[in-house]
Amino acid sequence: MTAFLRPPKLDSILDGIGNTPLLRLRALEPKGVEIYAKLEFMNPGGSVKDRAARQIFLDAIACGELTKDKILIDSTSGNTGVAYSLLGAALGYRVTLVMPSNVTQARKDITRAFGTEIVFSDPMEGSDGAIRHVRRIVEADPERYYYPDQYSNASNWRGHYLGTGAEILSDLGDKITHFVTGLGTSGTMMGVTRRLKEHTRPIVCLAMEPADAAHGLEGLKHMDSSIVPPIYDRSLHDGTVTVDTDRGWDMSDRLVAELGLHVGHSAGANIFAAMRLANSLSEEGKTGCVVTIACDRGDRYFAPMRWEKRYQW
Amino acid sequence: MAISVRIPASLRTLTQGKEEVAAEGATVRAALDQLDKTHPGIKERLVDDKGVKRFMNIYLGDEDIRFLDALDTPLKDGDSLTIVPAIAGG
Ligand SMILES: Cc1ncc(COP(=O)(O)O)c(CN)c1O
Repeated sequence: MTAFLRPPKLDSILDGIGNTPLLRLRALEPKGVEIYAKLEFMNPGGSVKDRAARQIFLDAIACGELTKDKILIDSTSGNTGVAYSLLGAALGYRVTLVMPSNVTQARKDITRAFGTEIVFSDPMEGSDGAIRHVRRIVEADPERYYYPDQYSNASNWRGHYLGTGAEILSDLGDKITHFVTGLGTSGTMMGVTRRLKEHTRPIVCLAMEPADAAHGLEGLKHMDSSIVPPIYDRSLHDGTVTVDTDRGWDMSDRLVAELGLHVGHSAGANIFAAMRLANSLSEEGKTGCVVTIACDRGDRYFAPMRWEKRYQW
Repeated sequence: MAISVRIPASLRTLTQGKEEVAAEGATVRAALDQLDKTHPGIKERLVDDKGVKRFMNIYLGDEDIRFLDALDTPLKDGDSLTIVPAIAGG
């Protein structure tokens, strides 16, 4: 098995993407079950989406679809946008993003810092509204843009198949018994699951979704009420669990206060799902090792409305 | 007080797909109580025992009701409430 090591010197910011550490969450572990979170906020763009965006960029350049005369455009709830912006700046491509105007201010500010142009879509329509909005822009001027569409692009999950999933197996050896993570585009879940399912011993892979359509877990989709991403294949994984927004938010608060782990709410919900799974295994008298993803850092959130009196629409 | 309420996509399963619905009440709280009778389940998705949920925002015109009198904010005929989730989704 190849070892994935974090190199001490980097040639390019792109080489800083991936090889993230696994943090053992001993404080949350019941008897007999280990819990690990893969710290994806340690990617240079600060989230798990750096991996998908890098794969999308590199594959599109390699096959000639993305050229310097085109503008890369996609819809995003923020983290993919930060990642595209970073890569665009580093590789010399122009980037335009369509985001619902109710994404957090931090995401708008970070993407703009890279020189990206942002088009805001209707906050009442959520991320599906951003998808429809970007399609209209591209249809009106197809020559001008390269539209990777992260929701239907196989490079999205391939970034996780080649990176995230392979790293987990390499770093935990044969120990991992369960994997659980939340669905946004489903790229993380699809890529990691495909890789883990190739392992010689079965590993149970569970997807997590917000419990309700009207949820507050940024970056995640409630599939039944959303445009289902074409890359999402329900038959790959072993089941789906749900997490209430409040459980996810409370876990994020607990992680920062008790473990010094400052993560966003999707990471809080992921870690809640991992802990609940570990508890149920332990109650059945089983041993195991549950792995999940810490998607991004908490400073990308900072309760937007508490002191920002208005949205800037 | 007859008012209108704009509904975000994530709540439209409760309003038969409608983007805007009518409600009645002298305060935001009363309007939400009445709305919950015509569209059961909507109130519990917006408020909890502490008030408007952490991840939901309710605007009266362009003002977040947290900066007015929260759920006790008075309403007048023709007012418009807008429910905006604090996040965009995935
Ligand atoms: C904060 C956050 N959490 C989780 C996810 C889900 O990742 P994926 O798109 O790979 O399913 C995203 C991306 N939408 C995200 O931005």
